[in-house]
Amino acid sequence: MSAIKSYDHPTNANQFNQDQDRTHWHDSSLWFIREKRDRMSKSLPEWETLRSCASQIKAHTVSKLADYLEEFEKNATARGVQVHWAKDAEEHNQIVLEILRKHQAKRIVKSKSMLTEECHLNPWLEKHGIEVVDTDLGERIVQLRQEPPSHIVMPAIHLKKEDVSNTFHEHLQTEKGNNDPNYLTESARQHLRQKFCQADVGITGVNFAIAETGGFVVCTNEGNADLGVSLPKVHIACMGIEKLIPKADHLSIFLRLLARSATGQPITTYSSHFHGPVEGGELHIVLVDNGRSKIMNSDDYRNSLKCIRCGACMNTCPVYRRSGGHSYAATVPGPIGSILNPLRDAKHHKTLPFACTLCGSCSDVCPVKINLHEQLLTLRTEVKNQKQLPMSKTLPMRIASYVFQRPKLYAWLGGIGKFFLRTMPRFLIYNPLNPWGRHREMPEAPPESFRQQYAQRAKKKSDDR
Amino acid sequence: MRVALFVPCYIDQLYPRVAMATLDLLEQLGVDVEFPAAQTCCGQPMLNSGCDTDALPLAERFVEIFSGYDAIVCPSGSCVSMVKNHYDHLLHENANYDTLRTQIFELCEFLVDVLKIDSLPVKFPYKVGLHSSCHGLRELRLASDSELNAPEFNKPKQLLALLDGVEFAELKRKDECCGFGGTFAVSEEAVSCTMGRDRIADHLQAGTQVLTAGDMSCLMHLAGLIKREKQPIRVMHIAEILAGYEVPQ
Ligand code: SF4
Repeated sequence: MSAIKSYDHPTNANQFNQDQDRTHWHDSSLWFIREKRDRMSKSLPEWETLRSCASQIKAHTVSKLADYLEEFEKNATARGVQVHWAKDAEEHNQIVLEILRKHQAKRIVKSKSMLTEECHLNPWLEKHGIEVVDTDLGERIVQLRQEPPSHIVMPAIHLKKEDVSNTFHEHLQTEKGNNDPNYLTESARQHLRQKFCQADVGITGVNFAIAETGGFVVCTNEGNADLGVSLPKVHIACMGIEKLIPKADHLSIFLRLLARSATGQPITTYSSHFHGPVEGGELHIVLVDNGRSKIMNSDDYRNSLKCIRCGACMNTCPVYRRSGGHSYAATVPGPIGSILNPLRDAKHHKTLPFACTLCGSCSDVCPVKINLHEQLLTLRTEVKNQKQLPMSKTLPMRIASYVFQRPKLYAWLGGIGKFFLRTMPRFLIYNPLNPWGRHREMPEAPPESFRQQYAQRAKKKSDDR
Repeated sequence: MRVALFVPCYIDQLYPRVAMATLDLLEQLGVDVEFPAAQTCCGQPMLNSGCDTDALPLAERFVEIFSGYDAIVCPSGSCVSMVKNHYDHLLHENANYDTLRTQIFELCEFLVDVLKIDSLPVKFPYKVGLHSSCHGLRELRLASDSELNAPEFNKPKQLLALLDGVEFAELKRKDECCGFGGTFAVSEEAVSCTMGRDRIADHLQAGTQVLTAGDMSCLMHLAGLIKREKQPIRVMHIAEILAGYEVPQ
């Protein structure tokens, strides 16, 4: 994994920003999608109603998740689906491996699934001598480069076509320097076709599972999920337990919201429905918890389980756009990732809730109305409670609070501070310890504070009287 | 009507002109304004840093000092939002707070919604670039944002449009964050500065002569970059413009 160097977001973001041209290019590619999403959402007069409905349905489902999961299991089993339960990533991987072993499967094709990324399924299977090929084009590109995806919907959005051309030249022997997207896509298709034909088992993710029917839906733009599961007789679908919706009737709301929020398309090119195994084949569903029920029990963060993984919050996030997905050092980056990851592992991901200006754009863009930026603010307190904030951050706040509780001390210190700011030589103010001043001028300190001016003004008024 | 002026700590210390402009403006409009001298800081820096226990005594103080007024007015959307939207994390079952949160207004909000002013005797023959500060925009809803599919409105712009000779710079990204974000500006310095520069570039292409906003903190960050890079843009808080103050040279 070449991309994850450090868990420290500021360090990674700083590195990303060293190449300002690339940073700007990354920002504009994502902003382009965000604008497309704006146009599409504004073309639907019922957009905000759809969001409210989706949000309520998800909130309701999460509040009765155990019941709906049981209903789903019952209905899926009745359709001949084999349902498995995994409490964490390890169990999930073990279950998948056992199914593969039972069929002596050696070659797997997998369509995009953030859950299997979260569980690190690929390296686990490779360790056990199984070849896994990601069949989503973007996923395949990052897989060849041995990088994690940098975005949940557009895994290779951080790469330019030249990067893809170089990668393909190295791994698929395409022509060196040929950057033509059509040529490159065609080469990938030919290469993937072989893999589809040879595969023993197809693995997919799940976008929506329906309790009422026991079926599920996978959305792709390339049709690779369908291709992956139509030749092999065994299909394994891996899903986080929050992917459930109660009824088939609800599906239209989510399908309309998902694609428009993700890429600005009216609907994904393929929305494939699976309701049981193919004739003579097997369909397995692995239901994974991996920390989700813990989040479900928390009033502050429960809402984050509504997420349908559209990626809109990433596209809109001004910090994500200018720091890149890899800077988050997590499977799910961006605003929603900055909530989910620290909730699972506050120690490693302690900088993520702070990688945010609290601008609130994510909360307004989210199709299921997750109060993302508010949760990020609350999470900062959680990071402190878990003793993951360094003294260098907590001590100044303790001192400031002490001073602010004492107006006279505050006024006195304010005067001294302003005096120094006015009189100190430049090199003392603009030193390496002052990250404000590296690229920015400090504000000019006025001779008097407002409270001093106000007091003088009040005095003058009463003298005049 | 007893109106209290809430001057955020950094405005008190670094931008007294903004507070004075707010006071002048309100007085010009016939409002009787008091400045409670015991006020200091609302506690936002502490809460935003995760230090809720350090923010708590400041929130309690704030409610004590500002209770009993009919309205509290402040020239900073971010600080108003802290009091209005985030104190309930800290203060539980505080009856004074429940009243107070309905009485605190950001300056533009107060002028538009409470005073309902529809004219201002001020000439301002400049091309104005309005920066929509995020907390005012998305937490106080002083304007509609581009994410929601809802009717458009903009209270600060509505006020500026009352001035004689004013023109507006048309931005490509009308409501993108400037990258200040409190301690973010320091802890995530690289992203913060890139974001700020991008905002300034948008204003430059739009022909902004005077950059303004309802939050001095955003402007402090942007002005810091403008000054360092010697860009031809003047920076003023919206209160200074509305009060008819001179454009600083
Ligand atoms: S949090 Fe909302 S916007 Fe972000 S990926 Fe999930 S559903 Fe989409």
